[in-house]
Amino acid sequence: MTDRRDFLRTTGAAAAAIAFASTPRRAGAAPALDHLDRFQSGASKELLLDAINAAKMAGASYADARIARIRQNFVVTREQQIVNVVDTDTLGCGVRALVDGCWGFAATRDLTRDAVTTAAREAVAIAKANRIARDRSVELAPVQAYPNANYKSAYTTDPFDVPLEQKVDLLLRANAEAMKVPNVKFVNSILFFVKQEKQFASTEGSVIDQTLIRSWPLFAATAVKPDFSDFQTRQGAEAAPMGRGFEYVLQCDLVGNAKKWGEQAAEKLTAKPIEVGKYDLVLAPSNMWLTIHESIGHPTELDRAMGYEANYAGTSFIAPPEDHLGKLKYGPSLMNIQGDRSQEGALSTIGWDDDGEKPDDFLIVKDGVFNDYQTTREQAGWLRDWYGRQGRPVRSHGCSYADSWGSVAFQRMPNVSLLPGTDNKSMDDLIAGVDRGIAIIGDGSFSIDQQRYNAQFGGQVFYEIRGGKLNGMLKDVAYQIRTPDFWNSMDAIGGRASYELGGSFFDGKGQPGQVNAVSHGSPPARFRQVNVINTGRQG
Amino acid sequence: MPMHSLRAIARHLSRAECEAIAKKVLGFSHADECRVTISSGVRANTRFAQNQISTAGDNYNNSVSIRAVFGKRVANVSTNRLDDASLRAAVENAERIAKLAPEDPELLPELGPQSYDEPIVWNDGTASLEPEARAEAVRAVTEPARRAGLISTGYLEAQAQAFAIANSAGLFAYQRSTGVAFTTTVRTQDGTGSGWAGAADNDFSRIDPRALAARAIEKAQRSVNPVAIEPGRYTVVLEPTAAANLIQLIAGAVNARSADEGRSFFSKAGGGNKIGEKVVDERVTLVSDPLDPRVPANTAGADGLPSERVNWIENGVVKNLAYDRFWAQRTGKAPNSAGGTLSMNGGDSSVEDMIKSTERGLLVTRFWYIRPVDPRTILFTGLTRDGTFLIENGRVTRPVKNLRYNESPIFMLNNVMAMGRPERVSASEAGGPGQAISVPPLKVRDFTFTSTSDAI
Repeated sequence: MTDRRDFLRTTGAAAAAIAFASTPRRAGAAPALDHLDRFQSGASKELLLDAINAAKMAGASYADARIARIRQNFVVTREQQIVNVVDTDTLGCGVRALVDGCWGFAATRDLTRDAVTTAAREAVAIAKANRIARDRSVELAPVQAYPNANYKSAYTTDPFDVPLEQKVDLLLRANAEAMKVPNVKFVNSILFFVKQEKQFASTEGSVIDQTLIRSWPLFAATAVKPDFSDFQTRQGAEAAPMGRGFEYVLQCDLVGNAKKWGEQAAEKLTAKPIEVGKYDLVLAPSNMWLTIHESIGHPTELDRAMGYEANYAGTSFIAPPEDHLGKLKYGPSLMNIQGDRSQEGALSTIGWDDDGEKPDDFLIVKDGVFNDYQTTREQAGWLRDWYGRQGRPVRSHGCSYADSWGSVAFQRMPNVSLLPGTDNKSMDDLIAGVDRGIAIIGDGSFSIDQQRYNAQFGGQVFYEIRGGKLNGMLKDVAYQIRTPDFWNSMDAIGGRASYELGGSFFDGKGQPGQVNAVSHGSPPARFRQVNVINTGRQG
Repeated sequence: MPMHSLRAIARHLSRAECEAIAKKVLGFSHADECRVTISSGVRANTRFAQNQISTAGDNYNNSVSIRAVFGKRVANVSTNRLDDASLRAAVENAERIAKLAPEDPELLPELGPQSYDEPIVWNDGTASLEPEARAEAVRAVTEPARRAGLISTGYLEAQAQAFAIANSAGLFAYQRSTGVAFTTTVRTQDGTGSGWAGAADNDFSRIDPRALAARAIEKAQRSVNPVAIEPGRYTVVLEPTAAANLIQLIAGAVNARSADEGRSFFSKAGGGNKIGEKVVDERVTLVSDPLDPRVPANTAGADGLPSERVNWIENGVVKNLAYDRFWAQRTGKAPNSAGGTLSMNGGDSSVEDMIKSTERGLLVTRFWYIRPVDPRTILFTGLTRDGTFLIENGRVTRPVKNLRYNESPIFMLNNVMAMGRPERVSASEAGGPGQAISVPPLKVRDFTFTSTSDAI
């Protein structure tokens, strides 16, 4: 599930977004050597080795340690003024230990030898305590050692090096363009940047150093009718969050797009309300990503299918695995869904996961048939039979992730994408094949049940399609789906040139909740006879 | 158990520690004005799945946020490092960024010293809920579930937080709060039935794990093999959790500025806001009161403004909206801070009475994946989950498949048929303590369901 409320809380409050996770041992005491200096000089790598050795000495069969620094920068504006500038910074070390097939985890914000080895011993103690209540032993799939690995995500300009004035100027110029449009009364815009620097070591012999940057320009123009009888908002959904730097923000052409977004907000005030019924839909990639996320990304998480998330995120309609792998017809044969952490600029793209595994590209849906789940080292063995029958080795797909040094790693979504078609269709080509339908651009309201069957999605702008052509704007549109029926109604997809990434910083899962940043690539796609409701009722 | 080593760790910063940090930060500051906000605390948690504990931990949070102001220029910087060098660096960083920021025309001077009511939101027992006690509570669910041949999953989280705020105008506040939530989902082995129960409080001793287990088990057993019914408008009996899932959405819409700007349900046609207008049934009163012992909150707000009781809706009429200091000054109103908790009054009906008086309707345990659809009407969508039943001729007759609704709490509170006694519930989707809320069970007519779901 994605949860933007956390984000709103963060940006709305001056009191800082923080990873909810540090360990204030001896709070307030000044250490001998500044932790940040230690981290930045690379000396903290020795601490990682100290930590995993301490865990081994205490009885762990496997241990890993992660030191991470996570920085966030928000620049928040409205209309022609600044609302907030926030910088957050958190640094610490988490240690995970496996003892007799049980996990334990502990973390500290003190980067000293004493603190990290104490955390390591605590992790072992918790693992031992958990042994009494465990039937099934954790077995980790084999992994190669990466003794000196480095990775830097696809950015050229570190947003944390860009002057504040440049960020503010960009937003205020974009705001001004939208405000020129009649009836556009309000604009909210935000630049949001995340930088994660992670050092990882495991008893498998890996030492991995990674730097990741994420950038997200957010924009919303609101038009209000002069008599206050209606208001409509257009969010700049096409400026997707990316695993890229400030150069990507500049490529988004916020100033140029702001005028269009403002005009569309105003046009929504006079758009025609949708009539309830069944329509053919042509969905732009900026709408598709969220539908893929909710109705394919989540039900193909193996821990959900096995019941581990039943109390919160839920289970999956694709369970038990043996009844569905190679059998479930998810969609038409033109449907291929790839899981990966390798697409350049995508949010989940990474060199190594938090198990120290190098992720591979894998087909979750192959020629329309369900083919694989998302896995970690702990989970890959659960699919041993399926992999064996296919002659594939048991190996993790590299989907382990913890959102902070103080959070325990578990299975999180990689980039999950609908691969483009081979015949190079465009969105216009798909529209040309619709007699009566709706084209939807941008993601809007979203909700899906706990097994990922029944979902409802909105959008940012909706156009009526008549006789293969766009015929004016609609409003109050939401489509309701039953997941397998919906995907099997897909009859055409765009080609490589039409493929785009969308995504979110805030995929929520787990208790206590953790967020994951993930991208979903898609071409535009066409669906036949989908149930559409009108959301604009007044009572 | 060797988990005792965890107990040596301070669970939150003390008043003296916060005063010392605040003094240091304000001493490092060269800005015209400086504010420091210190949050610390623990989220002690135990999670279970498949009738056994899967993870347990004590997650500590610790953050110092510094707000530096030069003239009308302002910036905020936060760090989790408390040593002098790190605090000094954070102050310098905030001041450097503030000087580069454009002027904020809405910036107001920092508040001077304030007086606060003594909060009643701390409980020692909750703050010291150790892993063993949590495991015992979990076993009170997993053991009966196992004996019944069912699979229980769930989550227990106890929070103990300290919040401190200080500024260069002499304001200082230090307050502590606790909150705890325990939720469980019990499913049948074959996945054809699912039941939920949960509770939230500030005081763990008021939560009864055995009672929760019994409720979730009963619902799991009774919900097996649900039948599909046609979506449409139904009379519904909403258990308190389901009612709270929707009523709490109103609290997210009471911003006075959005209303005055014309982009809220509380905007008035022609301009202004709906204060003074009747918007829901006259039996409904919605209040935030940080000193309500059922749903208490801190009495110091995020910017240092004292939190006090606010009546949002009284006998169906809008009495107040949320005014921050700037918008209050702009509109000539008093600013308010309400603490974030919510309570609704009730009536003397019981859930059993409501069922008995219903010819045909649905009994709803809770709602799930609740997301906004139309802010003009506070219309949300979501689904029923973990216990949805058909009522026929005054009796619960059979489980039904889950349904998706598209509904507004405003519409719903205009269609009230009966109200029961209010109770505090766990209404947070994520299963954490969330914001405290107390509401009654409700019987409501014409609740709009738009499709069915195969999910169990």
